[in-house]
Amino acid sequence: MTDGMLARFREIVGASGVERDPAGLPRVVPDSTEAMARLFALAHARSWRARIEGQGTWLSSDAPADFAVSTRGLDRVVSVSPADLVATVDAGVAIGTLRRRLADDGMWLAIDPPGRPERSIGSIVAAGTAGPLRQGFGPVRDHVLGLSVVTGDGRLVRAGGRVVKNVAGYDLGKLQIGGFGGFGIITELNLRLRALPRADQTYIARAGRDHLTSVARDLTEARLSLQALEIFSPAIAAEPDWILAARIMGTEDGVAAEARRLTAANSLTWQQLPVERASSFWHLSARAVLGGAVTLRLGVLQPGLDDSLDMLAATLDEGLITAGAGSAGGIRWSGEARIDALRALRRTAASREIPMTLERAPWPVRQQLGHFGAYREGVGALVSRLRETFDPGLLLSVALEGDADGR
Amino acid sequence: MNEALLASLSAIVGPRWVRHRKAELATYTMDGLPTHESYPGVVVLPGSRDELIAVVRQLHATRTPFVARGAGTGLSGGALAEGNAVLVALTRLNRILSVDPKTRRAVVEPGVVNARLSEAVLPHGLQYVPDPSSQTACTIGGNVAENAGGPHCLKAGVTTNHVTDLEIILPDGSLARLGSTHGDAWGPDLVGLFVGSEGMFGIASRITVRLEPIPATVRTMLADFPSIRSASEAVSAIIASGIVPAALEMMDQACVQAVEASIYAAGYPTDAAAVLLVELDGQPESVAAEHAVVEPLLRAHRARNVLTAETAYDRARLWQGRKKAFGAMGRIAPDLVVQDAVVPRSALPDVLDRIGEIRDRYGLHISNVFHAGDGNLHPNISFDRRNVALAERVRNASREIMTACVAAGGSITGEHGVGNDKLDYMPLIFDAETLGAMQATRRVFDPGERANPGKVVPVHACREWCATPAARTNGSHGRPLAEVTHD
Repeated sequence: MTDGMLARFREIVGASGVERDPAGLPRVVPDSTEAMARLFALAHARSWRARIEGQGTWLSSDAPADFAVSTRGLDRVVSVSPADLVATVDAGVAIGTLRRRLADDGMWLAIDPPGRPERSIGSIVAAGTAGPLRQGFGPVRDHVLGLSVVTGDGRLVRAGGRVVKNVAGYDLGKLQIGGFGGFGIITELNLRLRALPRADQTYIARAGRDHLTSVARDLTEARLSLQALEIFSPAIAAEPDWILAARIMGTEDGVAAEARRLTAANSLTWQQLPVERASSFWHLSARAVLGGAVTLRLGVLQPGLDDSLDMLAATLDEGLITAGAGSAGGIRWSGEARIDALRALRRTAASREIPMTLERAPWPVRQQLGHFGAYREGVGALVSRLRETFDPGLLLSVALEGDADGR
Repeated sequence: MNEALLASLSAIVGPRWVRHRKAELATYTMDGLPTHESYPGVVVLPGSRDELIAVVRQLHATRTPFVARGAGTGLSGGALAEGNAVLVALTRLNRILSVDPKTRRAVVEPGVVNARLSEAVLPHGLQYVPDPSSQTACTIGGNVAENAGGPHCLKAGVTTNHVTDLEIILPDGSLARLGSTHGDAWGPDLVGLFVGSEGMFGIASRITVRLEPIPATVRTMLADFPSIRSASEAVSAIIASGIVPAALEMMDQACVQAVEASIYAAGYPTDAAAVLLVELDGQPESVAAEHAVVEPLLRAHRARNVLTAETAYDRARLWQGRKKAFGAMGRIAPDLVVQDAVVPRSALPDVLDRIGEIRDRYGLHISNVFHAGDGNLHPNISFDRRNVALAERVRNASREIMTACVAAGGSITGEHGVGNDKLDYMPLIFDAETLGAMQATRRVFDPGERANPGKVVPVHACREWCATPAARTNGSHGRPLAEVTHD
């Protein structure tokens, strides 16, 4: 079967677009959205099950499949418009590459997702993994104006547009952002950009966890304008104590004034990081998330932060944790964990109305727990029908829900 | 209308809240857009969530099409019911169920009026940011259906960015709870998918919204320009400077003159080709610093005068002129088509020139008032719909304006929705496959296509999608999932 399969793949993407992964599985690397659509139309017709891969730096390439498809070949920054602050990029473009390209034109994409700079923008959007800047600039969905997606049966859907405000038709892109590839494979994105801020300062303070979260509450109540206010566990910060980090952006005078309010109004000793150190601090903490085999996020708002951190420590461990200490909230945990411990965490979290999303884990964990695992009333049936609509053969190897006893 | 259905609806909500005489129905024949008018078969006004659920279940049992309606300010013909469709008016579901200042969340029923929510949370120093110009009338449920915007959505985002959690009643009468109060969702972003679905996926019965702190300082500037082009270029320069104002609104001379001749006169200079309202908010030092950047940019782009409103009264006056501009246009002619389109900011000057050219060619009166920072245009055509030939010119001019906006890389609607007004424009921006995907998604929520039938997706232009029956019944993802939320 494999030889015939390879021949069919080569007809679509050429010989150079077909390779084998380390386990010998055929891996197809299309270089255009149209080729991707033809590939999935073929796979659907033959009932070949597909595993989606990006740059291979985030999710392990271990989902069972008849073939793998990589977005690595979709590597063009198609257009960048400084006047309109919008970029059109292929899904396989690495976030680091995109950042450099945009900075050349005085712009940036205001997201700082976990992972390495090599991580593809498609992976970031498909997993909906925002970083500390979600406090100031919102979740990943707020940065995507439009996208192209190839469905499980090879249809090409172009959702949204290239303008910042747009309510024409249903907002189909939202299903794909954070959909983990369960509803198709994102091939191209229109991204909302911002002009680089005139000033960008980072302050950190070290103390015990409860002290830091208490100060963060005061800062939030005092309504400081902080673009990030994130707490880091000692393990992730490689420090003896917990760290609270604040990032302030804006005009020089505005940032200076906000920094004064930050450092004056509470009981911590704040240290301003020089530009280079600030940059490496944020990058290293984003990368440190990869230090555990499992990464998950909890939807928690600030008032529930202490209890949720206690719950994590009790159920798993106080491993690699970053948490939004401002109004945006959110906890990300990375580490090693047994499936039953993760299952217990999800159950405990659910009893407190806290959703737990499995962001990355080896396939056996994903398969048993699912990225989402638990839904609220009526949602499971809708998700099932949406999957059948966008992947009628159920051939995309993505575990949104997990096995029955994983829940 | 079917007597048995009337009786069953009356039994649920009480006879007083079922309207079926023609004179009673007249109120519900438009949504502010004079080019679309139709009488619903019957109007039902449930007074509670339980009544709403019972109504939807009854409509499902009788396979009756229905249209959910808030205040009827949508301006796209979206909340009109035709033929025997039942209009479900949600204005009696107007309770604010809870406000939690700690988590900055409020839970509301769909009929809560937008401005009333902000008033209610004001004592907590909070506000609900999306502020359509119709905010004193429009409802949060309608805002959710249309993904409404408003002048202050430039920095803070539109409705979809402020809704965290929805309880929806599907057209078959079953309930689903989408999203999560806590931020991250339980599962895929179905809140994002539902918001803006124009009442075609079901009815939101409980809505949880995010509240934002009222900024410590607000400074509103009024700049007037000798040309629309120079004002547009000032807008681009401000955004390119890295400053995102809370609002960045433009009015052309025709609009300013209408406002200044009305009771909403705000002191705008009537000899200016365009005026720009720029609002900065935040901490006092940040606002001062941004002001120090923005004012020279305005002057560098040939602003003749830059006034800064220092008091709340002055700010309110400046905003009143903007927000009541549509009302002020009532002086010009009996009818007004408020158009809604979006273009990339850089295309604003050229598109506005093009609209001027279309206006002249058709001999129409067009005033422009728009969210310049977003590139969201509202060319408003004043006319008298009793003049059939004129109404035809309005239709043709509207289409040319839309075509010009699309050609510039824009969209056919930024905040009013497609409704039935823009159905025919959808193929200008979406191909048959994508329209087919929309139709298939609609069927996920509403297989019988009974919720707000005939809107948004031009079915004739869709490529057909169909889920395989085998997958639907046997697929591994088809089983209902356990509810662990309330374990």
